[in-house]
Amino acid sequence: MKYSYYPGCTLKNKAQDLDHYARVSAQALGFELEEISEWQCCGGVYPLGTDEIATKLSSVRALNEAKEKGQELVTLCSACHHVIKRVNDDMKHVADIRTKANNYMQLDEPYAGETNVLHFLEVLRDRVGFDVLKEKVTNPLTGKKIGAYYGCLLLRPGKVMAFDNPENPKIMEDFIRAIGAEPVIYPYRNECCGGYISLKDNELAAGMCRKIEDSAAGFGADMLITACPLCMYNLNKNGNEALPVYYFTELLAEALGVKGV
Amino acid sequence: MQRIGVFVCHCGTNIAATVDVKKVVEMALAEPGVVHAEDYQYMCSEVGQEKIQNAIREKNLGGVVVCSCSPRMHETTFRNAAQKAGLNPYMVEIANIREHCSWIHKDVKEATEKAVILMRAAVAKVNLNTPLKAGESRVTKRALVIGGGIAGIQTALDIAEAGYPVDIVEKTPSIGGRMSQLDKTFPTLDCSSCILTPKMVDASAHPNITLYTYSEVEKVSGFVGDFTVDIRKKARSVDMSKCTGCGVCQEKCPSKKIPSEFNRGLSNRTAIYTPFAQAIPNVPVIDRENCIKFKTGKCGVCSKVCQAGAIDYNQKDEIITEKYGAIVVATGFDMIKLDKYDEYAYSQSKDVITSLELERIMNAAGPTSGHLERLSDGKAPKEIVFIQCVGSRCADDRGKSYCSKICCMYTAKHAMLIRDKYPDVNVTVFYIDVRTPGKNFDEFYRRAVEEYGVNYIKGQVGKVIPQPNGKLLVQGADLIDNKQILKEADMVVLAAAIEPNPDVRKIATMLTASIDTNNFLTEAHAKLRPVESPTAGIFLSGVCQGPKDIPETVSQAGAAAVKAIGLLAKDKLLTNPCTAHSDELLSNGCSQCAHVCPYGAITYEERQVNDHGIREVRRIAVVNDALCQGCGACTVTCPSGAMDLQGFSNRQIQAEVDAICL
Repeated sequence: MKYSYYPGCTLKNKAQDLDHYARVSAQALGFELEEISEWQCCGGVYPLGTDEIATKLSSVRALNEAKEKGQELVTLCSACHHVIKRVNDDMKHVADIRTKANNYMQLDEPYAGETNVLHFLEVLRDRVGFDVLKEKVTNPLTGKKIGAYYGCLLLRPGKVMAFDNPENPKIMEDFIRAIGAEPVIYPYRNECCGGYISLKDNELAAGMCRKIEDSAAGFGADMLITACPLCMYNLNKNGNEALPVYYFTELLAEALGVKGV
Repeated sequence: MQRIGVFVCHCGTNIAATVDVKKVVEMALAEPGVVHAEDYQYMCSEVGQEKIQNAIREKNLGGVVVCSCSPRMHETTFRNAAQKAGLNPYMVEIANIREHCSWIHKDVKEATEKAVILMRAAVAKVNLNTPLKAGESRVTKRALVIGGGIAGIQTALDIAEAGYPVDIVEKTPSIGGRMSQLDKTFPTLDCSSCILTPKMVDASAHPNITLYTYSEVEKVSGFVGDFTVDIRKKARSVDMSKCTGCGVCQEKCPSKKIPSEFNRGLSNRTAIYTPFAQAIPNVPVIDRENCIKFKTGKCGVCSKVCQAGAIDYNQKDEIITEKYGAIVVATGFDMIKLDKYDEYAYSQSKDVITSLELERIMNAAGPTSGHLERLSDGKAPKEIVFIQCVGSRCADDRGKSYCSKICCMYTAKHAMLIRDKYPDVNVTVFYIDVRTPGKNFDEFYRRAVEEYGVNYIKGQVGKVIPQPNGKLLVQGADLIDNKQILKEADMVVLAAAIEPNPDVRKIATMLTASIDTNNFLTEAHAKLRPVESPTAGIFLSGVCQGPKDIPETVSQAGAAAVKAIGLLAKDKLLTNPCTAHSDELLSNGCSQCAHVCPYGAITYEERQVNDHGIREVRRIAVVNDALCQGCGACTVTCPSGAMDLQGFSNRQIQAEVDAICL
């Protein structure tokens, strides 16, 4: 099975681990991530201005390329996933944005939201299946108590992202079980880490990160996993060192026995 | 050609502000057959009706068209007025230029144009109307009440007291409904059981009332005054005539781990059970899904210990068929499921409970014997937070758009009772608005605040956060102080929205009673006929019609009873003469009409016909006037055009269509 793959800028720099372990894990699980050609930065933030078109075009290009290949588009970074998924929803449902974007793009065939956007976790859940993943695990992470940290971008707005129940998600917990570890459920797992606020008011972001980590540690987590480079940055910078944070793909690769590849 | 009069109503400004009524009059006068046309401010008023009657007499009118509101509103009014002036009532037609025109359009020119078209269609139709005479049907002097809560019980008692037999059909093993689960009632704080159980006893002892508990309505046919209903009496597996209600079977039943519906799953019951101690009838049922005997064939303990020999594992469901003149729906409500409100941690913490669960906890016969304690560790709470409007007044599709109406008052009640019994417990209530319209209601709420020191905070809660130490952190907003609040609590109580019993859709379909988008049954008129369904002979009692507290429910239950009694007091009802008839020369006996008839009104007979000199026996459709409801399904189905509906004949409909389109 081949998927179009949109890595995003951070995965080529700070978050190379997130990308690398996903690729080797995909190979071990028998599917291929085919990086789309000449992708551009998603913009990092979904533009809320209703007349904002230019910053959505990068997403439309990526979406359209996947459409032309007849493939689903897979993302890893929470921010990229959030932006591309929401732009795709706009292209599907907002006639004004669709018209303007297509006028600008001059594609052979106008793009109208045909591509299905999947986060890597959704590929594991809905295409591979957690039960199949569990069978393919050669090195189960038995005994590890892992807190899933979702952050906000994957879950909200709930109707557009359609990822999981935003107030009580379970996809990462199911993932943790599939790789043989024990999920630790704690109430701050879907709260914001502070995001870009850390650049302007680090103390505010630090407070938010501490709440998250204290809550996770309080409920017994030994480590956190995340899918988001920005969450990783904030938690590492502000959080307590006793609670390490990993990309979920690193633990996936470890469980599949391909971490050293 | 009839001599036709057209009467255009202004309905104050309801019609006249959007439709140029003078223009409609002017155009009417140009229609063939129209010999009189006039407009008036309120055609339904006495003066307006007199105008119609005078015109009928003076101009010798043979047909009348009233351009006004929906025929559902005033068709009967105008028909009666015409009849008093000597005109057959079925020579009156309504052109609905209010609901179908002025209320839904803004542009006067367009609305006037449409009003003229509607008037023309009605004139074209009335030209082909023929005088019809209503028949008579008998009234079965027995009422059915669906639902045995306080609404159903009160309605049944009132009907029974008036001297008519009533049957109550209750789905669960006992009557009593939601009220039996409540501890105290606002605004007087009297014990719910103490005021309800005597009524339950009265209902069971009343010679005119028959209780069918653990039973459901399965099928309804017929029409006002003459309904036929199949009631499924589910197998109790206990012989009601032998059981003494001693309770030994329940003590000995080895299957003890079934969540008690009555205690909202906060305690367990046995497989053979009565839902609560004061249940009526005091006869247990065997829950066959959880009974070891029914699951494995082994056990039979209850049968062995029953001294009366009442246990009957072979009992079967029984279908009872009974005739009724009137049916009252009193199916009540439940609380919404909270699976869409996970931010309040209901599914994640045992110490987040609903108000109805708190009601059981506070009740002496409840799962904690009336002690206020945390369900997680049994400890006494010191801080309790109440969250209002969980799923009520909801702007998105997660919850209900309406106000559940009872929550403000029962929360004030809970807060007050807790502060009274446990003065060291702090109580905080997060609210959007406090709504207390009702006799002595606001005084009650103020007592909670002023005398009992309940801390009311205007603002909503965003999240309830379970802490590693077992406490709950409540994150909310104080809109008056304009600040975020983080409050540690031991218990959080959610005022979950109420919604109609989920079974009501099925029941409404059986009764052909209309239902709104929230599954509340629709009343015939929101203001003037609030306890009647638009379907004749169906009455509404209690929360099935809309959120209500107990005093309101009891008032409405009485009102529904009066309406039902008014119907049962009549010996005969006039029937609708607009029924279908088949033309024996056109009918080919193909049975298609019988297949589509929802009322089973069409049968076939072999009949000698004379078809232009050809005499032969043919199979011909025959309509039973008493059963036909005039829906018209057969007339559009009939391939040979033999079926025609009186008052809505194919020719009349065609004339209306021509008037609109040509």
